[in-house]
Amino acid sequence: MDTIAKLDEVKTSPWAGGRSPFQVEYGKLMMWFFLLSDAFTFSAFLIYYGAQRFSKMTWPDPDKVFQSIPGITDTGAPLVFVGIMTFILIASSVTMVLAVEAGHRNSKKEVIWWMVATIIGGFMFLGCQALEWSHLHHEGFWWGAIPGPEVLKELGADTVSAHQFANLFFTITGFHGFHVFTGVLINVIILFMTMAGVFEKRGHYLMIEKVGLYWHFVDLVWVFVFTFFYLV
Amino acid sequence: MSAEHSNLEHAEQHETMSKSQIWKVFFILLGVTVVEFIFALAIPDSIIPQHFKNFAYIILTLVKAFYIVAFFMHLKFEKYTMIVGVTLSFIFIIYFIILMLTEGNYLHQHMNV
Repeated sequence: MDTIAKLDEVKTSPWAGGRSPFQVEYGKLMMWFFLLSDAFTFSAFLIYYGAQRFSKMTWPDPDKVFQSIPGITDTGAPLVFVGIMTFILIASSVTMVLAVEAGHRNSKKEVIWWMVATIIGGFMFLGCQALEWSHLHHEGFWWGAIPGPEVLKELGADTVSAHQFANLFFTITGFHGFHVFTGVLINVIILFMTMAGVFEKRGHYLMIEKVGLYWHFVDLVWVFVFTFFYLV
Repeated sequence: MSAEHSNLEHAEQHETMSKSQIWKVFFILLGVTVVEFIFALAIPDSIIPQHFKNFAYIILTLVKAFYIVAFFMHLKFEKYTMIVGVTLSFIFIIYFIILMLTEGNYLHQHMNV
């Protein structure tokens, strides 16, 4: 093969031009861009939390701070409530994938059913978080506010670390809760669009996939929040 | 070229996850979370020291993150360039973690004084 023939040869490699090297639909790629930037925001929050915790002489013991199951018991059930919250979020993530799967089969009825289940899961999680926030608020924790010295002693913390804990806890779980809230909102919009037959007319349910990406991301962030606030 | 081609076919084959696969991933996530709870509640610190537990929590969290991103977010079935493009960005996060831990360590030592 001479040089000219080589030049004329049509290249077919992914980066040779003429087609998208990622082979991802535009909206989906933009969702990934957004999620990546959002992941950086959450990482910055959590790494700052880690650095603060690492630098302090004491820190409130999560097994002692998170002991209540609102409405059932105030003490003696460490991490049970957060376990329920984690389960709810993972379950609602599964119903979301099932909605995406139903979308691939163009089954409108199943998409609607799974989206409704996902939205219920989202509301349940938000309700649990509201209960937990109000419980901690009654204990005396809030932005810039901490309980009295006897409670702090029981939790194994001092005023400096308790302040950092309170501020970071409400900021980070609040930012995550805000994401869950917007996720539920978007899910509701998509549900109505599905019910109105918008995607049926379009011929594909790609929008469910894009919204699903966001919803799974919220679950992903919770996995990290759960580890660093409740377990470590 | 041929590797590229088979990769593409592979991606098309796994365009969607079957229901059984979805539930399998769900039970893996649930199982890992249960293991984390056993570490936190059932095993006292005298048997496994706290810092070993923390190490285990972080590993298990990364396992869960992998399953969510790879299967639920479908990244495993995207093109190779897409997978690398997304994951490589997290090098910056690793660098940031190292920086902030150094900073935290410095602060810790000076609080001791």
